[in-house]
Amino acid sequence: MTKILNIEQLGKTYRSGTKEIPVLQDISFSIEEGETYSIVGPSGSGKTTLLGLCAGLDQPSSGSVYLCGSELSPMTEDARALLRNQKVGFVFQNFQLLPTLTALENVVVPMELQGLKNAAKAGMDLLDQVGLADRFHHYPSQLSGGEQQRVAVARAFSNNPSILFADEPTGNLDADTGEKIVELLFNLNKERGTTLVIVTHDLELAQKTQTILKLKGGRIAAKEKGFA
Amino acid sequence: MIEKNATSKASFSWLLKMALRDGKASGKKLSLFMASIVLGIAAVVSIQSFGVNLKENIALQSRSLMGTDYKIDSNDAPNERILAVLDSLGGADAREISFPSMVSFKGNEGTKLVQVRGIEGGFPFYGSIETNPPEAANRFMAEGGALLDATVMLQLNLKPGDSINIGEITIPISGSLVSIPGSTAVFSSVAPPVVLSYDLIEKTELVQMGSRVKYDFYFVADEELDLRKLRTDLRPILQQENYSIDTHVSSSERLGRRFDNFGKFLNLVAFIALLLGCVGIASAIHIYIKEKLKAVAILKCLGATKRQTFSIYLLQIAGIGLLGGVIGTVLGLVLQQLFPLFLGDLLPVDVEITFSTQVVFMGILLGVFMSVLFALYPLMNTLYVSPLQALRVDEGTSEKSRFAGLLVLLGIFVFIFLFSYWLLRDVRYSLAFVLGILITFSILAGVAHLFMRAIKRFFPTRWGFIARQSLLNLFRPQNQTLILILAIGVGTFLISTLYFTKDVLLAQASLESQANTPNIILLDVQSDQQQAVEALVLEKNLPVLENMPIVTMRLHAINEKTVNEMRRDTMRTIDRWLLNHEFRVSYRNELSISETIVNGEWNTAIADGGPVPISISDNLVRDAALEVGDDVYFNVQGVVLHTRVSSVREVDWSRAQMNFMVVFPEGVLEDAPQFRVITAQTPDAAASAQLQQAVVQEFPNVTIIDIRQILTVVEGILEKISWLINFMAFFSIFTGIIVLLGAVRTSKYQRIRESVLLRTLGAQSRQILKIAALEYFYLGVLGSLSGILLSLGGSQLLAWLVFETPFVPSWVPFLVLLPGITALVLVIGLSNSVSVLKSPPLEVLRREGV
Repeated sequence: MTKILNIEQLGKTYRSGTKEIPVLQDISFSIEEGETYSIVGPSGSGKTTLLGLCAGLDQPSSGSVYLCGSELSPMTEDARALLRNQKVGFVFQNFQLLPTLTALENVVVPMELQGLKNAAKAGMDLLDQVGLADRFHHYPSQLSGGEQQRVAVARAFSNNPSILFADEPTGNLDADTGEKIVELLFNLNKERGTTLVIVTHDLELAQKTQTILKLKGGRIAAKEKGFA
Repeated sequence: MIEKNATSKASFSWLLKMALRDGKASGKKLSLFMASIVLGIAAVVSIQSFGVNLKENIALQSRSLMGTDYKIDSNDAPNERILAVLDSLGGADAREISFPSMVSFKGNEGTKLVQVRGIEGGFPFYGSIETNPPEAANRFMAEGGALLDATVMLQLNLKPGDSINIGEITIPISGSLVSIPGSTAVFSSVAPPVVLSYDLIEKTELVQMGSRVKYDFYFVADEELDLRKLRTDLRPILQQENYSIDTHVSSSERLGRRFDNFGKFLNLVAFIALLLGCVGIASAIHIYIKEKLKAVAILKCLGATKRQTFSIYLLQIAGIGLLGGVIGTVLGLVLQQLFPLFLGDLLPVDVEITFSTQVVFMGILLGVFMSVLFALYPLMNTLYVSPLQALRVDEGTSEKSRFAGLLVLLGIFVFIFLFSYWLLRDVRYSLAFVLGILITFSILAGVAHLFMRAIKRFFPTRWGFIARQSLLNLFRPQNQTLILILAIGVGTFLISTLYFTKDVLLAQASLESQANTPNIILLDVQSDQQQAVEALVLEKNLPVLENMPIVTMRLHAINEKTVNEMRRDTMRTIDRWLLNHEFRVSYRNELSISETIVNGEWNTAIADGGPVPISISDNLVRDAALEVGDDVYFNVQGVVLHTRVSSVREVDWSRAQMNFMVVFPEGVLEDAPQFRVITAQTPDAAASAQLQQAVVQEFPNVTIIDIRQILTVVEGILEKISWLINFMAFFSIFTGIIVLLGAVRTSKYQRIRESVLLRTLGAQSRQILKIAALEYFYLGVLGSLSGILLSLGGSQLLAWLVFETPFVPSWVPFLVLLPGITALVLVIGLSNSVSVLKSPPLEVLRREGV
């Protein structure tokens, strides 16, 4: 199996006035292609910061990140954006749909950025898969939380990513809706072979992944196998 | 593998599509931004387009305006040399003799100062004399009648067939004169024209010593004649005889330039409206982009580059600028049709409104350019948004480049300078304009900052909750204090400046109120008539204030250099007007109350055979480059008189009395041909009319100027102009209101959270409304008061430095503008809060998408 994400000696420090605050220290792990992976830990343990660094949204203070065979640190901001557009999908806790775009328009943005033709048709297919084909022209404010997250999932898979990062995907949803979203994510992971990396508080959800990485105080506390 | 320098290749059409999609959903928020541009552009386009149309119409109708191809004229009767020049041109096709005179009407008590025009030949050759009845224009010469100005006919209730007394003749009025080429409306208001046959002039016996008679010779030119060359060739020859030549081309250019200056002033007023709109653009985009930063972070997460996200919003703003430019241009083109209604007969021609492509292009381009330029600074924020913001991580937003910010600011000032230079064509004025804008904006911004600091520093912690909360709103993060004070302040500044400037102008023109100053001037009184005229004035129980001798003379030489030598000298330092000027000189041994000696000595002692000591006014020092001790030679009707400057006087020309540039001592000019000027004061219009009637009956050659009537004319003209200025200023006010609406509306989204939170915690609607009302009241009062005080200071400077007159400012801005604008701010602000308060908190949050 090929490593799709490889993290070596990763560290991140923020500056607060003259003081340096370490958020992540000495993080090393790797994820295989098609694997499901979860990062868990208490609030302030550095989960989201780690996700941001893994996806190339931020620059580390030390160490390196290899995503889809490319080392992120030497890449320009534009090159990292292109990598995200071609290889990475995102699902956020608060959905993060563009409020001025309809459901379909939100889904097709990553495809249009790639310059793909027939993006609208592919977008409709994806909305159909998440059960929202009839709501394609609705704006996010006209959809419920669960529906918004389904649109976000459809958007996350629209560029056919190699790896999908999900940040607390059920955090803003009720239990039933959260369950459905998780099911959707895992189904699409199976169907498309997409690597799935989930950041969560929810240990029950983490147990559904193949590997669980536990963070505490910005360091790796444990790495366990899940039930998957 | 992705190359480390690779970049996304989304096409321009995708950027455009995204800009459209987002713009469609944000239409409501962007509509006010567009309105700011629309009004500013409409103001500039309407003035520009009307100016172009006016200039074109003047050029097209130049022959009809003058009535001829070219004319040769002077205040001197033609001598042998002039007659020879006229013969060499094939003889004049028509001639005219004109002079101001008093006239009276048979069977009517009225008298009037008019411009008598005796016309011979087929003048006008172009255009026509418009009369009522129309056929009067063709028959007045044959029937020996006169055409009298239509307004005078109406004022004095005269009709065709009535008689008019002009000097020693009484002739019938053939019809009322509506218009005649060569007469301007402004001059006609002071001395309306009376047209009669040239042959009748001699019989009036009004052309006497000292009469201000003008001789015109009109010519029709062949098509191929180069009028510019003819003017250049003949001018030096004619100038030697105090004659001048004027062609229809140069005349229309001169007229165009005169209206150009007024147009430039209006353009600046319009430009200020546009700049105010730009403040609105910057403020609206600042808040708009702030709301879009989350979306920018999401787009960056999905793989959009910073250039792409920047371009999406840049295209959106440029698109709205384009749309605003188009709508503003169309509105401006429509509005210019109203200008002739405001200006009426101040316009020299009937303006046919057409659309200039240059102006249309300018309007649209200006809309796009100004929108982008003023949106650039807030738009730059999109470049520095980290995609991490989509992940609940607040860290990572890098600082906006200070250098780039300064560059944008510099670009804005360079643009303002270049555009004002394009309007004014003068570097100094443009720099002064930019500096003025900078100072005004800086002072208003300074007031806003000081206000916020003062509240912070001296915060009244013991005040009640509502009062404290309303003050807190003024300096909390994302407050609107600066932008609202700027918008309210600039709008109020403009309007009150218009009021104050009108006060300054009227203060300068207002002569009547001064005690013991003459309001009646009797001109052209012959020496042998002076005692009888004085007696007549006294007989009416009116005081004779002054009785001054006037001797006419021309400059012959200065310090041995003759006028002809000076005419040929291209390096001369003397102003050209002096070389042909007919000086009206008086002699006396005392200074008048409007004069002060500023250099040399007031000398009345005449040495035998030596030069005559004279006193000159300070403007002559400047225009003739004269100093105390310089020798000046005057030609006094054929006799050359040697004089020497002994003193320089500062003269208050604004006083309503006869002032002179050159004053001789007594004992020199007594025997020279001369006439007198007598001034008097009448208590009211009736006494003035009685005096005028008596003088006209007994001394028809005497001209009477009633200063009261002139003041009425000046006020009339100011009234018309101020209508137009007010109209233009309303663009600024409306733009100001839109900026205000925009600022209040954009702040709405920040307030909703706060209001909803307060309501959730149990605050009543009344309390929340009171907080908002107090906040807008503070802003309204401070903004409008700053604007009024700023304009008061500016107008005071204008009065001191430019008009040199004290002025009493009008109370209108304080009594009307201050409460009016504050109330407007209050209404707009509160209407914004009411919609938030009417609905339950959760519904509001959901509807507004907070």
